[in-house]
Amino acid sequence: MNAAGFPLLSLLTFLPLAGAVAILCIRGDEATVASNARWTALWTSLIVFVLSLILWFRFDPRVADAQFVEQLAWLPDFGVNYHMGVDGISVLFVLLSTLLTPICILASWEGVQHRVREYMIAFLVLETMMVGMFCALDLIIFYVFFEGVLIPMFLIIGVWGGQRRVYAAFKFFLYTLLGSVLMLLAILALWFRAGTTDIAGLMDVPVPANWQYWMFLAFFASFAVKVPMWPVHTWLPDAHVEAPTAGSVILAGVLLKMGGYGFLRFSIPLFPEASAFFAPLMFALSVVAVIYTSIIAFAQDDMKKLIAYSSVAHMGIVTIGLFTFNQQGISGAIFQMLSHGVVSGALFLCVGVLYDRVHSREIARYGGVAKIMPAFALVFMLFTMASVALPGTAGFPGEFLVITGAWRSSGWVALGAGMGMILGAAYMLWLYRRVIFSRITKNEVKGLLDLSPRELAIFAPLILLTLWMGLYPSSFTNVWEVSVAALIERHEAALSVPRLAGL
Amino acid sequence: MFVGAVFFPLLGATLAGFFGRWLGDRLSMWVSVGCMVLAAICGVSAFVEVGLHSAPRVVTIAEWIDVGGLSVDWALRYDTLSAMMVGMVTFISTFIHLYSVGYMSHDETPPRFFAYLGLFTFAMLMLVTADNLVQLFFGWEGVGLASYLLIGYWYDRESANRASMKAFIVNRVGDLFFMLGMALTFWTFGALTFGDIFARVEEMRGATFAGLPALEVISVLLFLGACGKSAQLGLHTWLPDAMEGPTPVSALIHAATMVTAGVFLLARMSPIFEYAPNALTLVTIVGASTAFFAATVGCVQNDIKRIIAYSTCSQLGYMFFAIGVGAYQSAVFHLFTHAFFKALLFLSAGSVIHAMSDEQDIRKMGGIWTKIPITYAVMWIGSLALAGIPFFAGYYSKDMILESAFAAHTGTGMYAFAMGLIAAFLTAFYSWRLLILTFHGAPRADRHVMEHVHESPAVMLIPLLVLAVGALFTGAAFYELFVGHHEGEFWNGAIYTAEHNHVLHAAHSVPEWVPLAPTVIAVAGIALAYLFYMFAPSIPARLAQTFPGIHRFLLHKWYFDELYDAVFVRPFRMLAQLFWKVGDATIIDGLPNGIAAVTSDAARGVARFQTGRVANYAFTMIAGLVVFVSVIFLGFTR
Repeated sequence: MNAAGFPLLSLLTFLPLAGAVAILCIRGDEATVASNARWTALWTSLIVFVLSLILWFRFDPRVADAQFVEQLAWLPDFGVNYHMGVDGISVLFVLLSTLLTPICILASWEGVQHRVREYMIAFLVLETMMVGMFCALDLIIFYVFFEGVLIPMFLIIGVWGGQRRVYAAFKFFLYTLLGSVLMLLAILALWFRAGTTDIAGLMDVPVPANWQYWMFLAFFASFAVKVPMWPVHTWLPDAHVEAPTAGSVILAGVLLKMGGYGFLRFSIPLFPEASAFFAPLMFALSVVAVIYTSIIAFAQDDMKKLIAYSSVAHMGIVTIGLFTFNQQGISGAIFQMLSHGVVSGALFLCVGVLYDRVHSREIARYGGVAKIMPAFALVFMLFTMASVALPGTAGFPGEFLVITGAWRSSGWVALGAGMGMILGAAYMLWLYRRVIFSRITKNEVKGLLDLSPRELAIFAPLILLTLWMGLYPSSFTNVWEVSVAALIERHEAALSVPRLAGL
Repeated sequence: MFVGAVFFPLLGATLAGFFGRWLGDRLSMWVSVGCMVLAAICGVSAFVEVGLHSAPRVVTIAEWIDVGGLSVDWALRYDTLSAMMVGMVTFISTFIHLYSVGYMSHDETPPRFFAYLGLFTFAMLMLVTADNLVQLFFGWEGVGLASYLLIGYWYDRESANRASMKAFIVNRVGDLFFMLGMALTFWTFGALTFGDIFARVEEMRGATFAGLPALEVISVLLFLGACGKSAQLGLHTWLPDAMEGPTPVSALIHAATMVTAGVFLLARMSPIFEYAPNALTLVTIVGASTAFFAATVGCVQNDIKRIIAYSTCSQLGYMFFAIGVGAYQSAVFHLFTHAFFKALLFLSAGSVIHAMSDEQDIRKMGGIWTKIPITYAVMWIGSLALAGIPFFAGYYSKDMILESAFAAHTGTGMYAFAMGLIAAFLTAFYSWRLLILTFHGAPRADRHVMEHVHESPAVMLIPLLVLAVGALFTGAAFYELFVGHHEGEFWNGAIYTAEHNHVLHAAHSVPEWVPLAPTVIAVAGIALAYLFYMFAPSIPARLAQTFPGIHRFLLHKWYFDELYDAVFVRPFRMLAQLFWKVGDATIIDGLPNGIAAVTSDAARGVARFQTGRVANYAFTMIAGLVVFVSVIFLGFTR
């Protein structure tokens, strides 16, 4: 058995599903159903979060391998098993998912008024899929959860979204599905060769170099869309703009991380030579993403679109870090993913606060908000600064480590990544200035109320986390340090074999 | 004591910022002043203990980042250099806090202002006491944030918002190079803690990066970082605009502390710069050019704070070229004295503005010296110190810098010396232009304003008088310690001078005309100002008419803003639209949307066959059958 003494990961994965079933059984008139659905969803997700804290406390950061492992025979004839476990790389993503879900449910408390039951079910199912995906240690299980995420997200955008929600939902679905189909082919090919889809088992069967390139590209097709990397990023701004606030939070907070996590978990360890071979391409695409999307962000009139584009730029930093193959770069990339999950999630919540009051995402409709909503202005300022990577906030360590790590590969890549510092400051401050500063001229802005206790409760954990990650990042990097070191070691060993053979 | 000096301002900022609503305006102001007084007591005693009794130490607070050999702590490093900065910053900041109590008394949200001031002071103290480059960068960005908030303090003014954004972004340009400099430092030395870096400088002198000496590249990158914060030529454009903030801010940030961060960084990294001669040459040229450039622009500006801002820019140029010729001690000495008299000048300008009902244009002043005699007197003291008139603070440090530049005996050193002399002349000229236009002549303000001209309250005058004492005596009092014959014992290794560097020694034995020249030139500048603005006021106007090109060139600050607007800002906006509307919407989205359109068109076309008539289907089936059968038969017959 594992460190928790009971199948904790399965519990974390399927408890939300049980909550969803419970919500399904609620009967009564519409108001009762809505209220019960909200409370059930909130309590379920809170319990899941508290349970997931056990992971944090009982996780042993000195061990590189998977912990809390559970294994059940599922399709033993095909070498496919139900295999769950977390290592240093995935454990914090599980926590990120379980933290953001109750926040999202709380954030939609008043914003969502129709089909509340279905909404809450969608979110709980989504949580199951996310947690399961980060825990899966079997490719097929991973693929099921990875794809499963699409369904509730598709519904959340398509049903509770804005005006162009159907276009955005389909665009989101088709983009991500198309990539995944190619990945499925590669998974089948891997299974065909190795006779198993167990991730640890696959590591022991090196993939021949000429296969690696094609398989890498197939996985790349799926993960690059998820990240999203340039030039397959255009689904993201549309999805964000149309999604309800909580949908955006999960989308930016967790779903984008699935791509980066996938690169780290599969592409780099399974295809070391192809990864090294394609690293320059990854750098090029990422640097373009950082600069190109940062510049586009500057031109946006829609708050959500601006933050969506900034997400693409920040994820560009992540993909740069991943392909540096050194401790600083990869640790920085993981840190950046986590911090981006917190910070961009919080930024979307900030937009949501304004949207709930004025029902507009258009920047020009605001101005001078600082005067009447000082607490909100302060919170927004904190996350703005975290987004531009001010030292002392969550945004800094990741970006700093990635730039340092990238310098090892090439000074130009580091410079390109660093351009985000300048451009990021430009578009974020430009946004802040137009929304928060200057004189109040719009009538509808005059009557706004400052943050409610519910909203403060939503922001409090995120504020705490943003400062904690900025002031004491070692408490996070320690968790994955050993796992990342093992990953790099394996990567270098794999690369040195053909070289030795070549000698 | 060591921790208190740094963290009391943060405490004050927290109290004023978060509890200002409950404390009330007056109480939260005095709470932050109280915290600053405590910090100043700690800071000055730390300076006495570390600087005068030679007991450097490092106070480690907590672990910060530790990733694969890259490990840095939150730690306070107290050696002579940082202790001196801590003492100076806490001391001056305390009096600026006190002054603000009077200056901001009519403001709507003084607790917010004091929270920002405290935050700023805290960040500056973290910067100077940093034990490693990353923590220095924390303070570096922290002062950037605080100055952004303070410049944009009156956020309902569009100009303030523009200026604050400009300050942050221009600073960020420098910060990018700082970041890259850190990256290269780490890969060269394997560490970012100062102690570890400096210990390995000898061994890494031969290290290269991309074929260039690594130490040179690091130095250039860090210098470019310093250029942003210290407003050197090219990245200076934010500083004059920063005058949009309340005047105490200008005094604190844009004179005494924040802009000196770049000078501090270079002095701190002296062990590396000493082995990067080419980088030092670059520093000298940029510094000297800045000194000259800013002084020329200062001569034609009309906003009282802007003139002083350009003089700050110019004085920073002096400090940089002093570092460039290897005289770090002279640079830091000038930084120290400059902090006093520049804070004094800004605060007295604030007192003038206060008296003139928020008028800042010196063309609309005049004839007020009898009404505000104390302000007038301290402004004289500040200007005398700035111009480097003997026995005032600036005299000692500026002379020392010019002597060092001369003593360097290099081409760039002589360039710096020449530029420094010209700038000294212009400095004296514009300082007295400002004095005369502001205080003398016939009143040019309207009667309503003139009736209200009054001396500031005691809470503002006391800081002025204290700083005036500083502007009078800090030069003479600290000359021996900072740059005298026994400076080595005082600095105690905090500033490193390589064995081949004898500039400071040589500066004490330059020809006799060299120390005299700046004084003579400054007096000439003053005389010219008197001639132009007191005795023959028609000359400047006629000069401007005779040389309209030069005048316009100077008035537009050498067209830097216009140039940047044309080269960076406007193309950037165009590019943003282009990438968005064409790149994303047309090209990248065009492909999938196009495929979708083709698919749905095709589907619609195919749908037309579904007519629902059995006869049509039957006909199609038969036609298909005929084709099929014919193909088979043709295949057989062949």
